[in-house]
Amino acid sequence: MGAVGFVVLFPLLGFLVLLTFGRRLGDPVAGWLGTLAVFGSFVSAIVVWLARLGNEGHPYVLRLFDWFSAGGLHVNVSFRVDGLSVAMILFVTGVATLIHLYSIGYMKGDPLYHQFFVYLNLFVFSMVVLVTANTLPLAFLGWEGVGACSYWLISFWFERPTAASAGKKAFIVNRIGDTGFLLGTFLVFEHLGSVSFSRLTAGSLNLSPDTATAIVLLFFLAAAGKSAQLPLFTWLLDAMEGPTPVSALIHAATMVTAGVYLMARLSPILALAHTADLVIAIVGVATAFVAAMAATAQTDIKKIVAYSTVSQLGYMMLGIGTGAYTAAIFLMITHAFYKALIFLGSGSVIHSLNGEQNIRRMGALKKYMPITTVTMILAWLSIAGVPPFSGFFSKGAVLENAFGDSPLLWAAGVITALLTAYYMGRLVYVVFYGTPRFEEVTHGHDPHESPSVMTIPLIVLAAAAVIGGLLNLPVSGFGFLGSWLAPVFGTAQAAYPMSAGLKDGLMATDAVVALLGVFLSWRAWGGVSENPALERKIFFNGWYIDAFYDRAFARTGTAVAEVADTVVDRQIVDGAVTGVAGVARLVGGAGRKVQSGLVRSYLLIMVGGLIVMLGYVLTVAAR
Amino acid sequence: MTIPGSWYLVVAALLFGLGAFGVLTRRNVIVMFMSLELMLNAVNLTFVSYARMLNDVGGQVDVFFVLVVAAAEVVVGLGIIVAIFRQRATVTADDISSLKG
Amino acid sequence: MMLAAISIPQLIVFVVAVAIVGVGGVGLLAAKHTVHSALFLVMTLFGVAVLFIEEGAEFLAAVQVIVYAGAIVVLFLFVIMLLGVDRVEVPAFVADRNRIVLAGVGVLAVLVELFYVASGAWSSGAVSQSGSLSAGQNVGVLARSVFTTYVYPFELTGALLVIAVVGAVVLSKRLIGRREVDR
Repeated sequence: MGAVGFVVLFPLLGFLVLLTFGRRLGDPVAGWLGTLAVFGSFVSAIVVWLARLGNEGHPYVLRLFDWFSAGGLHVNVSFRVDGLSVAMILFVTGVATLIHLYSIGYMKGDPLYHQFFVYLNLFVFSMVVLVTANTLPLAFLGWEGVGACSYWLISFWFERPTAASAGKKAFIVNRIGDTGFLLGTFLVFEHLGSVSFSRLTAGSLNLSPDTATAIVLLFFLAAAGKSAQLPLFTWLLDAMEGPTPVSALIHAATMVTAGVYLMARLSPILALAHTADLVIAIVGVATAFVAAMAATAQTDIKKIVAYSTVSQLGYMMLGIGTGAYTAAIFLMITHAFYKALIFLGSGSVIHSLNGEQNIRRMGALKKYMPITTVTMILAWLSIAGVPPFSGFFSKGAVLENAFGDSPLLWAAGVITALLTAYYMGRLVYVVFYGTPRFEEVTHGHDPHESPSVMTIPLIVLAAAAVIGGLLNLPVSGFGFLGSWLAPVFGTAQAAYPMSAGLKDGLMATDAVVALLGVFLSWRAWGGVSENPALERKIFFNGWYIDAFYDRAFARTGTAVAEVADTVVDRQIVDGAVTGVAGVARLVGGAGRKVQSGLVRSYLLIMVGGLIVMLGYVLTVAAR
Repeated sequence: MTIPGSWYLVVAALLFGLGAFGVLTRRNVIVMFMSLELMLNAVNLTFVSYARMLNDVGGQVDVFFVLVVAAAEVVVGLGIIVAIFRQRATVTADDISSLKG
Repeated sequence: MMLAAISIPQLIVFVVAVAIVGVGGVGLLAAKHTVHSALFLVMTLFGVAVLFIEEGAEFLAAVQVIVYAGAIVVLFLFVIMLLGVDRVEVPAFVADRNRIVLAGVGVLAVLVELFYVASGAWSSGAVSQSGSLSAGQNVGVLARSVFTTYVYPFELTGALLVIAVVGAVVLSKRLIGRREVDR
């Protein structure tokens, strides 16, 4: 199980090599090297997983070295191998490998080609550190690392002002959440005397409910920032300015799920904080609904998928809040498959249409891009929750637990599920069916299917999205993921006793709702590309949440900055600076007369100085 | 009985003064340079005298190093003079005052 | 008082050498032609070399003649010829008479102060680190000191010379594309 070290090491090596030689390796060797590094990490993850088979009960900790210690605080760099971290590294490195492979084709010809893979490898390294860290500070290191990579990659095409400002926005919004992470870490240390995850086991924590609530809410602030929950989700929409593989890897499959992972990792504390759990569940389901509504009215293909991601993350948080950690992780993994697929599929479309992202200028692409079309349809059915695709099982598990907690949460979740099937259907119909509307972007050339280096990841991910449900079938004896994760969550995992009939009824409802959503989207968007009645402005603008932030915070900040600029900076600070400069100019003006430029004048002054010095030695120092 | 060391010191001091006066008053850069050599020689003489008076080889070692540095200094200094002459066609110190403040 | 105790030949050598040094130094200052100045410089250097021998520094005296009077003065002459032998500087001294007086007074003041410094008890009393001068032949003693105690400074002077040579080459190189005369 020490192979976990290699899981971390490979992307780091890849990062260092690419950083040093990347420019020289160039296109496409740098890309293949980066892919190879991540693939090595994936293979190591499989080795770790195989080594764990059979002894799932006991976590293994690979301790490398002491990082720092201060007083009673001892932090070491150690990696934790348990059910949760193995599940995470398997899907993170797996999806990352596919997306690296895809990027080789997608980023072809970019002037900063090698740089892209430098960031991607650093990202994978940070992400792996985050999910395998055994201490909160090390996890925070990974947490910040993925945040930094996210920032770099969102503003990868930094010549575009929108990309540059989107990167900054992501960074700042995440900073708000990171405050919560740090404060939460401090609280954990104060009350538990340790920041190690080894200390966190369900049922053995001596925390008062109030303390637990405070800790959980602080960490949830961090998670809400990273996992784009209400009210901090706006950055994820702007993050679509980054290259599409980045959106797929970071802003759909892995980084944004870090918040969910963090909450799952802290499940022993969550189990003690029921109020906080309720908050998480409500925020989660609200996020899911709000984002799904917004997704129904977007015209930018990536914005649709981004809102969809926010919505799905809301589902995961709903699972966390209702104590259904396994379901949340299950949804996270299947979501990684189909959402990465949707993003890569969108990327494939964008790629073949010379960068066009507006769905109004697509249409009828089925004929030109068969592989992309088929895989996107599979992804749609998967995310919609149509049986027997993976989304049906994972979303069903979350909804089932939500029903156990409160039927209201469940109802909101089901409505969102209907919306999910509908908006994804809209995307598929408008983009791949209907009439071709891409004349102005392709200039007469027909769109073409992407190269195989891009379609192979699509196919693999499509396969995973279709059969991903096998990971955790709701049938006794086939709940692999459940039994795999059971030792991790232990008694923290909520159990809602339900009759078999009720469970079947809920599942049937899910299936019906999903099919209804598919049907509705076909009714509304089969052959139509525009329908103002169904694309309300409020939803197109994302409920005006971003505009509200702009008014409330950004403009206030600008006003304060204005005062700081005109009064504080220009008058006080600049005044001081010019004052000092004025004095210096006066002194210099007097002094420049001495600098006659004549050597003999200088020498004469030197002699004078010599006389004074010797005189001093003789008269004062000699006494 | 040999000549007392202080006599040499007086000679060295006078030679030093002569050199310093030359540097301060001559206009030709090359002559200024030669005057500098006079000053260096005066210092060397002082070193040798003290080496004898204190029975210490260190004084002579210092002269050795001064000789080397003086050689290096002359090489670079004359190089600079030639370079300046090429630029300005003058070797008069007062004409070279572009560093005037 | 002490004159009686000094051996006559040595006194004669000393007086002659000082005379050579004095004439050379004054001549160097007063000469109108740079070439004459250089020749007076050679004279002074010879006089100093004689004084070196009188003080028991035979090796330094030899080096003084070979390196200084030989190499360095030849270098001076080269440059003088390069710039034009017949250049006569008129006036030789700076035009400002006050300045000359000031320079003379300044130099005199320094010398007077130096006299007081030298006549005071300024010896630190520290024991010599370099070894005794009378331990053997002058060259041997000097060599032992230079190549043992002062071996690193000695190596550094080698580096200094190389740097100086490179610097001189760079300085005298005509830079392509640069104008010869600025103004």
